[in-house]
Amino acid sequence: MREISVKAIEDSIAKMCIDANHYLDEDLKNCMAQHLAEEPSLVGRQMLESIQENIAIAEEGIFPLCQDTGMACVFLEIGQDVHLIDGNLEDAINEGVRRGYGDGYLRKSIVRDPLDRVNTGDNTPAYIHYEIVPGDKVTITVAPKGFGSENMSKIKMLPPAAGENGVKDFVVEVAEMAGANPCPPIVVGVGIGGTFDKAALMAKKALLKPLDKPNESPYYDAMEKELLDRINALGIGPQGFGGKTTALAVNIITAPTHIAGLPVAVNVNCHVSRHKTVVL
Amino acid sequence: MAIRISEPFTKDKFADLKAGDSVLITGTVYTARDAAHKRITEAIARGEEPPFPIQDSIIYYVGPTPPKPGRPIGSAGPTTSYRMDAYAPTLLDLGEVAMIGKGQRSEEVMQAVTRNGAVYLAAIGGAAALMARCVKSAEVIAYDDLGAEAVRKLYVEDLPVVVVLDPVGGNLYVEGREEYLNSIK
Repeated sequence: MREISVKAIEDSIAKMCIDANHYLDEDLKNCMAQHLAEEPSLVGRQMLESIQENIAIAEEGIFPLCQDTGMACVFLEIGQDVHLIDGNLEDAINEGVRRGYGDGYLRKSIVRDPLDRVNTGDNTPAYIHYEIVPGDKVTITVAPKGFGSENMSKIKMLPPAAGENGVKDFVVEVAEMAGANPCPPIVVGVGIGGTFDKAALMAKKALLKPLDKPNESPYYDAMEKELLDRINALGIGPQGFGGKTTALAVNIITAPTHIAGLPVAVNVNCHVSRHKTVVL
Repeated sequence: MAIRISEPFTKDKFADLKAGDSVLITGTVYTARDAAHKRITEAIARGEEPPFPIQDSIIYYVGPTPPKPGRPIGSAGPTTSYRMDAYAPTLLDLGEVAMIGKGQRSEEVMQAVTRNGAVYLAAIGGAAALMARCVKSAEVIAYDDLGAEAVRKLYVEDLPVVVVLDPVGGNLYVEGREEYLNSIK
């Protein structure tokens, strides 16, 4: 049994909240550059260039990439041979978020109740997802999620007869309906199967996958490519001003499901697709 | 080439703009998101003075990040505009000249834009660090309890925006997409 202090988890989360809001990963930057090289629309290229300029300014560490520094989505994979010490894990996670959003001058965007809408003032509580995995390590991912894109996300419980075409048409429909709202070019996370809630979780986790690696399944890899082509034939383009690059990538995660169901969830992210991971 | 527009923001300066034009805005703009729009329109309905003169005003839909020491503002990109659709026609009818945001608007807002000879401008969504550099001063003037959503008076220099809805019914989100799709036929 390996002991890990929740204080180490808190410190990591505080740092990742700040880092994720200033520094995008290389896979996303490379993906953006590739789409810029292939963008036929002049205004589309101008918008992608402005987005690249924004990324460079944020990397100076003064201004976050976006003013919506997001709801802190925290994913923990906890090895079953780990013993967490020095306090309550959930409190430590929220303290990490509180410190990161305070020290990093990040926006506090969380309200305590969905209807009375009073701001908690420190961006807590975080959205937390725990998973118990084999081993003696803790893997922590912090993904600040903006709600301009979150609001464009959708879930549908399709009948199994809808099949592959029903799934694909729904994903493209979500991207088309979203239009200019989620700050295209977008990253599209798709969860297929499971239950109602499992599909949504898979769609969110699909946004965390690297953009430069093929899907493990050749079948779903081909579907990702086809969906990206279809979305980028809609003509919405960067910022919705017209162009090819409506989406940078489509990532799919699937799970076994019930004989009567075909859940499909589409989680939309903007071009500021932020996430940082550490292994303790 | 971008068109430069400076204050005072009288409607004649916006009258010839066409959907798709690039514009650089210099002068005073006011920030408000949905929570502030709700309070402003409720104050107007009660016959009270709004926190700033609506006539010839530009409202920027933004909730910035907190400023670091020595800076006027943090990152300051646009929020999604449809959340202001319920309130925007009232302000346009009272003389608001331009809204800055991002994303599609309702039919009611589009009609209020043409009815009043106003414009809807898009800032670059998610390019908030780039736009923060255009903000030279910022001051909370109302609803401080709303935090990031408080009404701020900003002085901006060469804030880059693109005309989405022009005073004669042009709509870049429709026309830009059509133009692109026609260009690749």
